[in-house]
Amino acid sequence: MRQKMTWRQITASLAVAGFAASPIIALAQKTTEQGIQEYRDMLADGNPAELVELEGEELWKKPQGPKKVSLEKCDLGQGPGVLKGAFATLPRYFEDAKLVMDMETRLAYCMVTLQGRDRAEVTKKVYSGTAQPATEMEALSAYIVAQSKGMKANVPQSHPEELASRARGEKLFFYRGGPYDFSCASCHSIDDQRIRLQGLPNLTKSAPAQAAFGAWPAYRVSQGAVRTMQWRMYDCFRQQRFPELNFGSQVSVDLITYLGVQAKGGTMQATSLKR
Amino acid sequence: MSILKLNNRKILGLAALGTAAGGLLGCAALMAPPEPTPTEIKALLVASFKDNGQAKLDRLNQSELQEACSTYAQDIAKLPGELRTKLQNDALNAVEYPADGKYLGDWKEGEKVAQTGVGLQFSDKAGSPAGGNCYACHQIDPKEISYGNIGPSLYNYGKLRGNSDDIMKYTWAKVWNSHAYNACSNMPRFGAAGILTQTQLKDVMALLLAPDSPVNK
Repeated sequence: MRQKMTWRQITASLAVAGFAASPIIALAQKTTEQGIQEYRDMLADGNPAELVELEGEELWKKPQGPKKVSLEKCDLGQGPGVLKGAFATLPRYFEDAKLVMDMETRLAYCMVTLQGRDRAEVTKKVYSGTAQPATEMEALSAYIVAQSKGMKANVPQSHPEELASRARGEKLFFYRGGPYDFSCASCHSIDDQRIRLQGLPNLTKSAPAQAAFGAWPAYRVSQGAVRTMQWRMYDCFRQQRFPELNFGSQVSVDLITYLGVQAKGGTMQATSLKR
Repeated sequence: MSILKLNNRKILGLAALGTAAGGLLGCAALMAPPEPTPTEIKALLVASFKDNGQAKLDRLNQSELQEACSTYAQDIAKLPGELRTKLQNDALNAVEYPADGKYLGDWKEGEKVAQTGVGLQFSDKAGSPAGGNCYACHQIDPKEISYGNIGPSLYNYGKLRGNSDDIMKYTWAKVWNSHAYNACSNMPRFGAAGILTQTQLKDVMALLLAPDSPVNK
């Protein structure tokens, strides 16, 4: 890769940002997508998310809250404590809560019901700031999604509430509002579109939806953080100029359900690496 | 109950065959889900968001334009012709043209507006100037290679069209409210929605139309 750089660029990059930055300069000469893929490949053996997964495993097993119990009995849809493949089939309807829940919403539910913690406390800070340590929710998410890696997305549509959630998600996907008149579809309903050089998946189609659904949660290199699917929804709406999306809200769950159903059969790859 | 209501035809058919209520519920999973009503969707949104800084819940209220463009988003060809004409006319009739009759500002300032994407997010300071973020969707100055493709290329915009009064007026209206000529366009209404000031709009106009702008070299 270095061979493709001119000596002037190498010298400049060494002088300005130090040796470590030089591959980035080389990447800039290719398309952004190619560059990012090469960067992912370079890091593939040492995805920083693996450290976060280990933190998550500790938190999963750590007794917490007034009841001083761990989350090991939390039922993510495959039975209490069963993590293998659970993430690939979420969101789903849970009879105990009488609600369709995604993975993060379900985790918060378990913290409240099993550990006796206050919902306001467990959802107070779910997203870390740039380069801050992972939050409890991010670490647990990384641990749980790793148990579905390589499996096929299979978000169920067998309960009427699951069907209704997908149907609402579809409506919400096309809901234009705010001062910029944006909806999710403004950026995600046509093939091969880009914002600047960032590719935008057409989430109304199966293959791009599979790639997108399978890739989250992701380790965001530019932010030095594991970003979850709830965060992805929250931050898209921020850029849409909407108000702030509440963690675990019905809108967030319905949109994730819609996306998950579109993505049926895709390969779960989280925690993946992103720019 | 909502499932039963919304699948009336199928349910009536089943009822005629004497199917028991339990059977109906069992079949519900296989039926098309109830179509969510606009009222239901609005209530869902209000319950799912909260005010943050300048981005308040009132942003969830749809204008007539936003509502129509959402309803027909999956097949814009179905937008009724009369409604399309009304939306376009309403947009065009409300365009505010420059008070001093001058359309072109400073293209160098326009380039800055085109490069900047901040403004009106809850993470932005209220009242701070917004950018146009034109490069997010358009090619403009060919020196900028990081441009998006949601909108058409604007390279040579003025060179191809000239800068007659008609072209200036059309371009101003298009940037002020893109729906004036293309109902349900994806482009924000930079003037009508108060995103850019008249000065910023003139600077962007110059970037597109001034003979000395790099766009027209």
